[in-house]
Amino acid sequence: MNFSHEMIEKNNALMIVLIILVVAVGGLVEIVPLYFQKSTTTPVAGLKPYTPVQLLGRDIYLREGCYNCHSQMIRPFRAETERYGHYSVAGEFVYDHPFQWGSKRTGPDLQRVGGKYSDDWHRTHLNNPRDLVPESNMPGYPWLAKTAAASADIETRMRAMRSVGVPYSDADIAGARKQLAGKTEQDALVAYLQVLGTALKAVR
Amino acid sequence: MSDFTGGFWSFYISIITIASIIACAVLLQAMSTRKVSGAQAETTGHSWDEDLVELNNPLPRWWIWLFYITILFGLAYLVLYPGLGTFSGSYQWTSIKQYEDEVALAEAQSAPIYEKYSKIDLKQLATDPDALAIGQKLFLNNCAQCHSSDARGGKGYPNLTDRDWIYGGEPETIKASIMDGRKGVMPPWGAMLGDDGVKDVAHYVMSLNGMTFDSLRAARGKEKFMTICVACHGPEGKGNTAIGAANLTKTNLLHGADEPALMETISKGRTSVMPAQKDLLGEARVHILAAYVWSLSNSPGAAAAAAKPGAK
Repeated sequence: MNFSHEMIEKNNALMIVLIILVVAVGGLVEIVPLYFQKSTTTPVAGLKPYTPVQLLGRDIYLREGCYNCHSQMIRPFRAETERYGHYSVAGEFVYDHPFQWGSKRTGPDLQRVGGKYSDDWHRTHLNNPRDLVPESNMPGYPWLAKTAAASADIETRMRAMRSVGVPYSDADIAGARKQLAGKTEQDALVAYLQVLGTALKAVR
Repeated sequence: MSDFTGGFWSFYISIITIASIIACAVLLQAMSTRKVSGAQAETTGHSWDEDLVELNNPLPRWWIWLFYITILFGLAYLVLYPGLGTFSGSYQWTSIKQYEDEVALAEAQSAPIYEKYSKIDLKQLATDPDALAIGQKLFLNNCAQCHSSDARGGKGYPNLTDRDWIYGGEPETIKASIMDGRKGVMPPWGAMLGDDGVKDVAHYVMSLNGMTFDSLRAARGKEKFMTICVACHGPEGKGNTAIGAANLTKTNLLHGADEPALMETISKGRTSVMPAQKDLLGEARVHILAAYVWSLSNSPGAAAAAAKPGAK
């Protein structure tokens, strides 16, 4: 048989099959096996699912677009580990759906910000970053302190997380609303920030 | 990474990868064997606008060779570096190993410097301009977020350039504060004293730090001060650096010394946290930092000269 490009170009079905085959190779080799690797699917020791307050804080983090300037991914370079702490490992993000690695590093990386500053520091800083760091160009988020944390749909949020593999129990979900009572959005966001990266804290 | 859940995945990756490369080579071969016979190239049989025909030439040679070189590069890469499943490549390269080598190299360069400085007494170290330059860089990277880049602090964050210290200003004490952190707790007294009582005590404190005060309130406040506050702040209100109780005779109090600030502090309490840096920075760096911070409020040169025997 004389194989020629004419044969492919004049046969739509064959061309579609061949294109799909070629395009699929990258994904089949580089993405599919990740779902069958222990380092990407097993949580690191000490990693806990977000509490309802932290989970809501995380949703505020997404809503305010914090990922536009802050990454959560310390690369294994000395320049980064000197500044932020231990490099990130895949097992730390097992309960993050979606993970907030980000790629735009205008602000500092936040992967290990948990416990680095006090809660009060975060509150002052979120209200007006320049109160603490005069050189900062981060916008202030003063309304977070005045807005009550929305607890009405926290069960839905948690069930959504459970459906993608976060091990929340029914009791966790049932008690969620109570934990959010009286909290502001700022409380939630600070709770989220203070837990970031703490599973691998203090390892350098 | 060779931590697949089963042995299948290694074969799966290797077979698809190798098969793709072979397929590319076969395709290239097939596309390059068609020779142009004679001067007239084969056409696809179509013609447009009377005499426009599509010739069916093979790919240019140089282009085909670029593809072959790409295939060779890919094969060489797969031999040298990890790529084929669990095969780790003949270089045994991993990103973590590269990182650790980088850290080890930097450590080998910086360790002798830190080693040298860590043996020097803090007051002496504060006279060394090179050590202070390192200290300043460490400060800007790790401390400036709260204490400000000029070390003058802010509301709730201590000014490190004055001579007033909450936990004491001796170099060794500063080092301890940085190493292990501090947690200052002023309990809330609002419920016990009531709004009026809080105001009375605030006015007594204002009488101590020299601000304008209401003497009637201050007199009432003094009684309460002498039963409650005296335990930490002492009868004269001079505080206690051992437990981080503020010296109330000064106006540069951490959380403010005017009436509204004092009332808030007394009624709601304060929790001030200095995070421990021991695990983050390590003792060698903290040692230099402590010398730098001490130098901000002292003139180390003068201190060293005074300490030297026989100095005038």
